[in-house]
Amino acid sequence: MRRLATDTLIIAERNLIRLPRAPELFIGFTLQPIMFVLLFNYVFGGAISTPGYSYIDFLIPGIIVQNIAFGGFATALGLNEDVRKGLIDRFRSLPMSRAAVLGGRTLADVATNTLSLTVLLVTGIIIGFTFNTSFGEAVAGIGLLLLFGYSFSWFLAFIGLLSKSSESVNSIGFIVVFPLTFVSSAFVPVASMPEGLSDFAEVNPFTVVVDAIRHLWLGAPAGNSVWGSVAWSFAIIAVFAPLAVARYRRAAVSA
Amino acid sequence: MSDGPAVEVEKVVKHFGEVRALDGVDLVAERGRVLGLLGPNGAGKTTLVRVLTTLIKPDAGCARVLGLDVVHEGARVREEIGLAGQYAAVDENLTGMENLTMVGRLYGSDRRAAKERSRELLERFDLVDAAGRPTKTYSGGMRRRLDLAAALVAKPPVLFLDEPTTGLDPRSRLSLWAVIEDLVSEGTSVLLTTQYLDEADRLAHNIAVIDHGRLIAEGTPEQLKDRLGGEHLDVTLEQPEDTERAVAALAPMSAARPAVDGHVIQVVVRERRGSIVDAVTRLSQAGIAVEDLALRRPSLDDVFLELTGRPAEPPADEATPVDDRAEQEEQAA
Repeated sequence: MRRLATDTLIIAERNLIRLPRAPELFIGFTLQPIMFVLLFNYVFGGAISTPGYSYIDFLIPGIIVQNIAFGGFATALGLNEDVRKGLIDRFRSLPMSRAAVLGGRTLADVATNTLSLTVLLVTGIIIGFTFNTSFGEAVAGIGLLLLFGYSFSWFLAFIGLLSKSSESVNSIGFIVVFPLTFVSSAFVPVASMPEGLSDFAEVNPFTVVVDAIRHLWLGAPAGNSVWGSVAWSFAIIAVFAPLAVARYRRAAVSA
Repeated sequence: MSDGPAVEVEKVVKHFGEVRALDGVDLVAERGRVLGLLGPNGAGKTTLVRVLTTLIKPDAGCARVLGLDVVHEGARVREEIGLAGQYAAVDENLTGMENLTMVGRLYGSDRRAAKERSRELLERFDLVDAAGRPTKTYSGGMRRRLDLAAALVAKPPVLFLDEPTTGLDPRSRLSLWAVIEDLVSEGTSVLLTTQYLDEADRLAHNIAVIDHGRLIAEGTPEQLKDRLGGEHLDVTLEQPEDTERAVAALAPMSAARPAVDGHVIQVVVRERRGSIVDAVTRLSQAGIAVEDLALRRPSLDDVFLELTGRPAEPPADEATPVDDRAEQEEQAA
């Protein structure tokens, strides 16, 4: 167990020291989220009606949840590259914990998610976002976001190990994760969607998490969303962490 | 630890779907020596290395490294081995120093000891000047050296090298060979796969040839060459139309009928001594003019051709993945 912890930290460190050296990654975690906040708020903001809230207050929880979902793509793409380049073979031939490569990757995502979350919150506050709740609730919201992001990284770790190429990782991003985040309460009220779509949006875990953050930051009605988010996060980890580790054990270079 | 062999393989079988990548291989690699594993592409060389380094589990049979079972004592096997592959598995975004230090810490060293050891290795592999640069700026040869250095971080007693020089320029190959020879002189046991026969001839004390997942021959390079029956005498004639008569004249010198390859008649002779004089006498008695005569030892290429019915792979310009069909099956399975 101690081995798992130290090895996980070594791998997390490896994934973080490369960050400043890969400018495209760094931009992905900082400038890109800022651009999306500005675009959504100033381009769509005026056209979308969000009764009870200004659009910037409505938008920030949604866009942060979407961003955190995409944060895990660093894991999917990174693991995919590690498999293709034979780095996973090296790790698997070392006397290290076999869960540490995945644990370290997903842990590094928590750090990068914290970074982009901070960038988004600061940007939001500059252009008018305000917390309507206690300090404790706001912090709980941040904790919940990081937990959900961590769980989603395990899903994406599995996708990254399953995919044959970085292109297929990206297309899964567009085909699965984009619709999931858009058909939710992230950017528009669910009630404004056509029937069928709104039914799906209601049960979509992204809606659950966005609603939970709106509760914790804006004081919106909670329903079951806070506990629902926690449950979803643990369920995703419980399903995808074992799947990803099993896949990792048999990952093979196939280039 | 026992005094047994470095590597023992008994009747190991591995399927990938329909493909029988290993079909009952038996193999022994002695301690402190280099075992060269030869075979055409898809013969199962890489699959065998992956079984021995605990990356995949065999379907049947038994494999041990330093007496430790690769399936049941995998974790202990991993403490005793180093692996350098044809893919030069280093993190491109980390510097040479960071790569080696990371591997050292994953072997269980603390940060300071890992750094110390990394400095030693960078020195040894002539990478000191590049130590602080991300490895994506390295040349192919530098990456291979770093990859081999990473395999040596924990001073493993058994080293697996899967096509260590494929795709390298001749100078880098020579320097890598020298490093491998140094390691062996210090007592490291090496199992090396290669598609270059000159590499096997230079480095390997023993050679195992595998094809279709089976061991088809083993021995020292000299023993394998002797299996082909001694010396080859190549006779080039001035007049190609004399070929038939020349073959008849030379036939008594060899147990096998002389082979004709273009203008050259190849005779496998029993005795090196006197065979040139003998051939010249026979041919001049028959009134046949000779342009050239050459006596040579069979090369490993001859051995390979004889054993597998195929020539060895032509030297590839690019790193060609070996066993790629099997590997894809593995991925699909």
